[in-house]
Amino acid sequence: MSNMLTVEDLRVQFPTRNGTVDAVRGVSFTLGRERLGIVGESGSGKSQTGRAIMGLTPPHAKITARKLNFDGIDLLEASVKQRRSLRGNRIAMILQDPKYSLNPVMSIGRQIVETLRTHEKVSKAEARKRALDMLAAVQIRDAERVYDLHPHEVSGGMGQRAMIAMMLITGPELLIADEPTSALDVTVQLDVLRILDNLVRDRGMGLIFISHDLRLVSSFCDRVIVMYAGRIVEEIAATDLHNAKHPYTQGLLNCMPQIGADRHPLPVLDRKPEWAA
Amino acid sequence: MTSTRSNALVIEKLEVKFDRFLALRGVSFDVAPGESFGLVGESGSGKSTLLRAVAGLAPVSAGTITVNGTTLGSSRTKAFYREVQMVFQDPYGSLHPRQTVDRLLLEPLVIHGFGDIEKRILRALDEVGLGSSFRFRYSHQLSGGQRQRVAIARALILEPSILLLDEPTSALDASVQAEVLNLLEQIRRDRKLTFLMVSHDLAVVTHMCDRLMVMQNGAEVERLTASELAKRKVTQEYTRNLLIASQGFVRPDIQPEH
Amino acid sequence: MYPKVHCAPVLKNRRFRRPLPNFVGFEMITRPLSRREWLMSDRPQSRMQARLGRAYLVWSRFASNKLAVVGLGIIIALLLVAAFANVLAPHSPVVGDLRNARLLPPGGEYLLGTDDQGRDILSRLIYGSRLTLYVVILVAIIAAPIGLLVGTIAGYAGGWTDSILMRITDIFLAFPKLILALAFVAALGPGIENAVIAIAITSWPPYARIARAETLTVRNSDYIAAVRLMGASPIRIVLRHIMPLCLSSLIVRVTLDMAGIILTAAGLGFLGLGAQPPLPEWGAMIASGRRFIMDQWWVAAAPGFAILIVSLGFNLLGDGLRDALDPRGSNQ
Repeated sequence: MSNMLTVEDLRVQFPTRNGTVDAVRGVSFTLGRERLGIVGESGSGKSQTGRAIMGLTPPHAKITARKLNFDGIDLLEASVKQRRSLRGNRIAMILQDPKYSLNPVMSIGRQIVETLRTHEKVSKAEARKRALDMLAAVQIRDAERVYDLHPHEVSGGMGQRAMIAMMLITGPELLIADEPTSALDVTVQLDVLRILDNLVRDRGMGLIFISHDLRLVSSFCDRVIVMYAGRIVEEIAATDLHNAKHPYTQGLLNCMPQIGADRHPLPVLDRKPEWAA
Repeated sequence: MTSTRSNALVIEKLEVKFDRFLALRGVSFDVAPGESFGLVGESGSGKSTLLRAVAGLAPVSAGTITVNGTTLGSSRTKAFYREVQMVFQDPYGSLHPRQTVDRLLLEPLVIHGFGDIEKRILRALDEVGLGSSFRFRYSHQLSGGQRQRVAIARALILEPSILLLDEPTSALDASVQAEVLNLLEQIRRDRKLTFLMVSHDLAVVTHMCDRLMVMQNGAEVERLTASELAKRKVTQEYTRNLLIASQGFVRPDIQPEH
Repeated sequence: MYPKVHCAPVLKNRRFRRPLPNFVGFEMITRPLSRREWLMSDRPQSRMQARLGRAYLVWSRFASNKLAVVGLGIIIALLLVAAFANVLAPHSPVVGDLRNARLLPPGGEYLLGTDDQGRDILSRLIYGSRLTLYVVILVAIIAAPIGLLVGTIAGYAGGWTDSILMRITDIFLAFPKLILALAFVAALGPGIENAVIAIAITSWPPYARIARAETLTVRNSDYIAAVRLMGASPIRIVLRHIMPLCLSSLIVRVTLDMAGIILTAAGLGFLGLGAQPPLPEWGAMIASGRRFIMDQWWVAAAPGFAILIVSLGFNLLGDGLRDALDPRGSNQ
């Protein structure tokens, strides 16, 4: 499998009044046309890793890496213009809450068309047709109607589908999904994941799935990276998860309540300082 | 249904209306003293609205709420708040941003004219596993789990008999969730509290509650015991869907190993 | 939406290198703390330390803004000048040397020259600072609490109370401030006390608006609901839980308005409706200097310049306070 993305020793630092906060501290991994899950709790640096690859890190933060390479392009050396043309065109990102990531004053259809036309030269009619096809592809039944709706007029699940449609219309090779279903109801969550699953498989995209939910990620991805305090503590094939070695990974798996398992009290994580070292 | 007198909480045909929107459509159930009752549903099911209606934070348009034998009117008395307290979902939103933990815990004691304030504050912090070193911190100096512990301490400081829990762990990391759930269980045991807990997570509710009610669109779908749910003895399609969804995603292209 | 970056548990700064204790907080530092460390401690040991720590945070944010410090310097200088006016002023502010010292240009014995009554302009400016402060502080003390009270009550109560209080506010807002003040002074009679009352009456409505807007954003929050569940009365909630949240934006607004208050007072003085002669009020001084503005420009320019400097000082201070007290930044 050829590597599409190579990340070596990625560091993201935020200068604050009280010294520097190291959000990501030396993360390395490679990604082919596969599904990689990044799991961790809040503050583990999982989201900042995704944003650094996408080029969405806030400007005052400092990013360093020995290598941050997407398909032969050095992302750290790339010009602003080059990165912008990559973003949305070859690398796309889905965020947690469609309420915040869709433009509230523009209809869903127009936003999708807009995205398409900034990256490809297509006629208006052609763009509209492709947007409608894409909405159908994310299993929105009456695509024509949803095309003209504004983000506040649709439900959370519908909004997230529209977001996926917008992100995938340009046919990106790499999709970064940051907690794409955390804001959704559990039943809707499954629908959205199923759609994402189909699209990623059919189009042969690389996927980075960022989530706090270890079970969900392992059921969706081929490989899982577990992050803690800005570092990778364990990398493991999703099917091997029950053989996880690191006590943090084991702890994360164990501490969730399960239906039918009568464990009182629940096992809790005993955080060791050396995990963060 | 047992008699009204012996139950900690009796809800009868409760309706809540926001402007024209009927958020709760005639829900009834009762909770025995010391019992833990769960409300499960997705967003818009009315589960949180029900909890807020009991607390007096949502407008009741019909039906009755009876707490420890007293049927509540439209306004709540101080005595009511000594009996019933609530823990909110978002620990980042439920603590006053300009007050220290000390101030937060002091307020209910002053309002209800308690004595030996020092002792009570220290004991409350101790009970939720926060040492006295947390006493003078502002909420922004606390992690999510610590904030939720402070919120629990604040709810317990008036020594209520009924605790309303509105998704108390859904904003927390999984490992912190386990800690807070354990804490809640222990407190319920120690103080013989009655819990009314709302959650979207079936696993959390079955872990915490003896009985539960599944809700959808402001109405009851079905009522189950935790053991029935564990054995998958459900009668309604909606509950079954929730159960399947809570198992997580199943990839169609990966066959089960055995 | 995202985990906040400052939640990241690893900080390079040495103070934070200690292993983060899970839930039982142990003070791991054994060596004595420096004063800054004591103030910045994220685990204060007493009410006092928590409060001082918060004040220090606001101060350090304020101090990092150079212009704001300049503004504060100007205001402190004004306070000192007003306090020690009798020591600093070289001459009497009201009695002049009519025979020898009429309309002298700046320089020599009279540093800023003299006016048509032969009075030293510098001395008049120095004594005038007292009047300026008097007006500004009295107006702030009267107008800000009225605005705060009206705004928070309207915002929290809602319904009819809100409608009535806000319509009254609207009526006051509908008139230009100076015109309304003029009308009040005309009715009450000229004089500095009446000018203060008139300005105060016209300047509370914007504060009420701000306090109401601020109240509306917090009244439905969970932490106010939590206080209601404690059994707190509405009055207690407004006074002890909502007002402190409105206070910082109000302080900023009042500080920024100080310049406007000075100008209104000066305007009334200029029109002869504020301080009466021979009081050395800056606006009245400009008015009396107006007649000689072509030949003896310093008579009007000196008080004008004083008004400019002090207004600027209040504006810079207000800007700095806005950044320092901004609740959105207070999480850091």
